[in-house]
Amino acid sequence: MTTLPGSPPAGGPELGVDTMDLLRFATIGSVDDGKSTLIGRLLFDTRQLFDDQLTAIETASERRGLGEVDLSFVTDGLRAEREQGITIDVAYRYAATPHRKFVIADCPGHIQYTRNMATGASTADLALVLVDATSGLREQSRRHICIAALLGVDQLVVCANKMDLVGWDRSAYQRIADEMEALARRLGISSCTVIPISALHGDNVVARSDAAPWYDGPTVLDALESARAGGWAAQRGMSRGSGARLPVQWVLRQPGGGRTYAGMVNGGPFRVGDAVVVLPQGAKTTIRAIETADGPLQRAEVGLSVSLRLGDHLDVSRGDLIAAAEGAPKVTDTFEATVCWFQERPLAAGDRLRIKHTTRVAPVVVEDVIGIFDVNELRVVDANVLRENDIGVVKLRTATPLAVDPYEADRITGSFVLIDELTFATIAAGMVGPPRLHD
Amino acid sequence: MDTAAVFRSPQDPTAAGSAAVRPGGSVTALVRPVEHPLGHLDLLESLAIFIIREVAAESERPVLLFSGGKDSAVLLHLASKAFKPGKIPFPVLHVDTGHNFAEVLAYRDAQVEAEGARLIVASVQDSIDQGRVADPGPIASRNRLQTTTLLDAINAHGFDAAFGGARRDEDKARAKERVLSFRDSFGQWDPKAQRPELWQLYQGRVRPGEHLRAFPLSDWTELDIWQYIWREHIELPSIYYAHEREVIERDGMLLAVSEWVSPETSEEVRKETVRFRTVGDATCTGAVRSSADSVEEIIREVSASRISERGATRADDRFSETAMEDRKREGYF
Repeated sequence: MTTLPGSPPAGGPELGVDTMDLLRFATIGSVDDGKSTLIGRLLFDTRQLFDDQLTAIETASERRGLGEVDLSFVTDGLRAEREQGITIDVAYRYAATPHRKFVIADCPGHIQYTRNMATGASTADLALVLVDATSGLREQSRRHICIAALLGVDQLVVCANKMDLVGWDRSAYQRIADEMEALARRLGISSCTVIPISALHGDNVVARSDAAPWYDGPTVLDALESARAGGWAAQRGMSRGSGARLPVQWVLRQPGGGRTYAGMVNGGPFRVGDAVVVLPQGAKTTIRAIETADGPLQRAEVGLSVSLRLGDHLDVSRGDLIAAAEGAPKVTDTFEATVCWFQERPLAAGDRLRIKHTTRVAPVVVEDVIGIFDVNELRVVDANVLRENDIGVVKLRTATPLAVDPYEADRITGSFVLIDELTFATIAAGMVGPPRLHD
Repeated sequence: MDTAAVFRSPQDPTAAGSAAVRPGGSVTALVRPVEHPLGHLDLLESLAIFIIREVAAESERPVLLFSGGKDSAVLLHLASKAFKPGKIPFPVLHVDTGHNFAEVLAYRDAQVEAEGARLIVASVQDSIDQGRVADPGPIASRNRLQTTTLLDAINAHGFDAAFGGARRDEDKARAKERVLSFRDSFGQWDPKAQRPELWQLYQGRVRPGEHLRAFPLSDWTELDIWQYIWREHIELPSIYYAHEREVIERDGMLLAVSEWVSPETSEEVRKETVRFRTVGDATCTGAVRSSADSVEEIIREVSASRISERGATRADDRFSETAMEDRKREGYF
């Protein structure tokens, strides 16, 4: 009836089972910049685009009388997108090399779909930016680089595309590189690699090109393969060390009595014996055991779903936070935050909403709208309301205290969404603290 | 723009990146020290467990959709791991088209019993008998009819969240769908107005009558699924592994001869060594010629394949360019 596959041979690495890590990246750039061609090229060269999918794209292009194959159909899969020739929502695509799996969030460029772009960028380890070398960095791409940076994406791979159309002119490349590096510095981005490419011809995408002997940096695939990976939530915690945190999702009853608290580790690893504090209560205790479905662990890495057994009998439930006693987050009901507003109706002081922060949902009121973040000037200017797609700074007061970290210290305990009280729709993305800038 | 210029050149083994990518099937021995201690399967598993726990906690009446296919097998395994040592705190729903492979039904019952879960079977035949859907005839595909049966079951039981094993690499409409996908009171998906889904803040509140579809395997590929099956020793119905079977070739697909699929006059019944890459309604799920009879062999086969999973095996997606989007808008899985 059923087949038991039998015990695995000693061939894990050969099957790619334990040699691969995971890099999530978001794309920034409009179709005209050659983004879809680049993604098509990357997918094809990493063998993730199948023959039947290629045939379907050719047929679809032909049916619209386009006369040429429209590569944006690789990622623009919705009826409305193909009709209008625009990207409305994020398309997720996957690629793999022998040692890395890539999750590609191909994001829309239009301003009215900022919420969808933010959706794609919020979990990215890296942003892949397309700049047309014939026209330079576009306003809308600049805006989206700013949003990605605010969301904590601190690695950029910038493709100066269509270099073939400018005769592989080094100065065209250099202008883009200078502008991007200056912008990256202001935004506090730790790594920015600018690569001269032709997505159409595949130069410097996967294969190194002879066309630009003056360029000795990585290809796009090299840059993607050597970037820091391993879980977007882990990066910040590891580099800045917010300390171990586990938002409690679920209480598990263990055989023989006692409870463990299930959730995902972030900010830093937990070890058995660690001193911890349960927030917002403030009760101090220790980690007595770390349980998983595969057996107990001595140490739980960032990004792992586990359950924790505590040293003392405490009242702990969903929504509470277990944190390393040293450097524990602040418990507060009032804080300043940077929010990206997605609703047509403006956000103003006095508005009542719900907030979801880690695993806790609570009523929240907007105490004050402080200002709007100007993406051209890279500063906050005074304002009383936030309109659709504005990024602004607000002061919030929650009905129950929350254990929050500044977003730049921890992407999990520093983030939240705002929810409409009537429809339960997600209407804003929020980050604890003011926008982070480096002069 | 010419596709050939863009896409065909790397077919040349000396061209672009052939050293860097997995060369057809056999994986190079290139092992790089991994900076992060967790590999891709660890991270995919951990996030899926996180999503399952989050939806289970925030919804009133969740349910897990189980077809007996490999993706729902992985989903059930993850649900089990998420709540161990407890039992899965929600029932399992099978939307039964009546056109099943016998091996799959037996497998379904054994797996659900092993997990100690409650099985609910919603039958397309009942929907036909009750006049909820028109009877397309005994041998026609019942794939699209499943939508009515599914939505009726969701309504009847008051489910506000349904876990599914769909993956974004399966189809271009799925590639656009959120992990938590909102359905209105008619069960419809509106791809132009999806809820923003930021960070890991999966936000699943709905109003009465509305519901969510939750897809914890969204970021898994077919290859990830097989690697995970290998790592976790997950049992599957035997039809996933190479076996001899009587088939006919129809519309470029190999269909298993059964009580619902019989040869037309021009069609020849042949005995072939095949396996199934997907498991669905027996009238529209094609087999592939394959000698892969172990998980390792299948991993190698999937790595080398030039045809996508659904392209190889699903007649229902060939009708139109947006077949999946259209079905999903109506409330399909």
